[in-house]
Amino acid sequence: MTQPITSKELASKIVNDEKTLILDVRNTDEFDNWKIEGGNVEVINEPYFNLLDSVDPVMGKLDKNSEIIVVCAKGGSSDMIADMMEEAGFRNARNLEGGMKAWSEHLEPVKLGDLKGGGELYQFVRIGKGCLSYFIESNDEAAVVDASRMIDVYESFAKERGVQIKYTFDTHLHADHISGGRMLAEKAGGTYYLPEKDASDVTFDYAALEEGNDITVGNTAIRVQPLYSPGHTIGSTSLIIDDQYLLTGDILFVRSIGRPDLAGKAEDWVDDLRNTLYNRYKELSDDLIVLPAHYSFAEELGKDGSVSARLADLYQQNAGLQVENEKDFRKMVTENLPPQPNAYEDIRKTNMGKITPAVEDQKEMETGPNRCAVEG
Amino acid sequence: MNITANETLDAKGLACPMPIVRTKKAMADLDPGQVMEVQATDKGSTADLKAWAQGTGHQYLGTVEEGEVLKHYVRKASNEETKEEKKHEDVIDLEELRSKVDSQEAITILDVREPAEYAFGHIPGAINIPLGELEDRMVEINQENDVHVICRTGNRSDLASQKLTKKGYKKVRNVVPGMTKWDGPTERSN
Repeated sequence: MTQPITSKELASKIVNDEKTLILDVRNTDEFDNWKIEGGNVEVINEPYFNLLDSVDPVMGKLDKNSEIIVVCAKGGSSDMIADMMEEAGFRNARNLEGGMKAWSEHLEPVKLGDLKGGGELYQFVRIGKGCLSYFIESNDEAAVVDASRMIDVYESFAKERGVQIKYTFDTHLHADHISGGRMLAEKAGGTYYLPEKDASDVTFDYAALEEGNDITVGNTAIRVQPLYSPGHTIGSTSLIIDDQYLLTGDILFVRSIGRPDLAGKAEDWVDDLRNTLYNRYKELSDDLIVLPAHYSFAEELGKDGSVSARLADLYQQNAGLQVENEKDFRKMVTENLPPQPNAYEDIRKTNMGKITPAVEDQKEMETGPNRCAVEG
Repeated sequence: MNITANETLDAKGLACPMPIVRTKKAMADLDPGQVMEVQATDKGSTADLKAWAQGTGHQYLGTVEEGEVLKHYVRKASNEETKEEKKHEDVIDLEELRSKVDSQEAITILDVREPAEYAFGHIPGAINIPLGELEDRMVEINQENDVHVICRTGNRSDLASQKLTKKGYKKVRNVVPGMTKWDGPTERSN
């Protein structure tokens, strides 16, 4: 039997920039749509159904002595192929347990820094999907921003650290992943905040995330300042944490900017998006560290595996912030948009509480990349 | 949609890769040109079966969803269709057929593909008698009619045209190339 590899092990290999060789045996359409990427990852695709008779088609392409991680959608086909490869003389073919589905769910916590008031800020990197969520803790209290569906990860993290989750925030109504914010708050006895303008159709109770109503985490005042910043959605709200960090949600990313069309309102929201990016954010401190809710490129991951950038640097480097002409900007964010995220309409309905799909269906809905960005 | 297949494979409840592994095995025992119905519940099986069929030369016909069950239809690659033999001389191209269909001319369109192929898309009004059943069911077609015979690529319909002519049908035209290139109206069976 071959030695399987978990998503956690694979994530740390990628974050540590280790040489990683992957054989992806899903069908080529799925592979082209979404695959494992990273600094030192080399990946080749050969669908499992071409390897049923023998693994000959990949013999010449892969070194028999190297570690080869075999990946499929759920881990069944890759397990079979890894065994076949071992029989064919490969010494270290390893099946990725649970396949792309498990990979898509893995969250890797990375510490971003200490807070002035005595606390810590963590970024949870969902490396398989490019989603980022945040964990703020201070004086035995914690807040989670843009939580993923896998709330047990935050729960056990809070337990390990002996802190109580008091608040959860969604910077906007998400269209690419199912939010865990409401459930997490419910289970921890905390409060779930959502921007009111994004909540017009929701079926549950929530607290309104509003500019001017600061929230304090811990006794020593880790200040969370909501900043109304529409554009990706009409309610999109950024959060300034401890006067140091700017959580931009899906408005501003490290290498790109948010797309305004996922709620079907591209034309209406372009001006909001422009105003937020070219005016509102510009008035903020240059030294704020931008922490987005997504990343799209492996290159956006820093050395420690986190995703962040100084606001002033983004005004120099991010292509989406360099478009002087308003017409060009409009064109960029309304034309040639990437395909919509998988099942985005059902995901929005789920986040509004209008539908409650079974867990297996929720997993299915979330497959694929996040696709919340427009590349400038 | 009620679709006839030559064999049915039950791959329900099996996770990837088993639906394709089983299909591959079952197809080996099928005669060329015959259709297999593969019943599966694994959602990934549609895309995989389609890609697998393309790679192997088999013809993926389509998939029907019945509740949780996906019924895939695949037709085994047929050797007979690639043979170059004696041809039925009176042929008609798709453009001409299209204008006859559009002007609602009184013609008989005989579709000699397998019922499963026919079910996933055929010219409205076309009669379906698969090539293999033509000898027995020829009586269903009036000898005096203008018969236009069509299949997927023009080969099975060529053989059918020859059979009809031999039996005394006077006005038989083979449609070339066939449904693969037909861009006129089609309908699915209910």
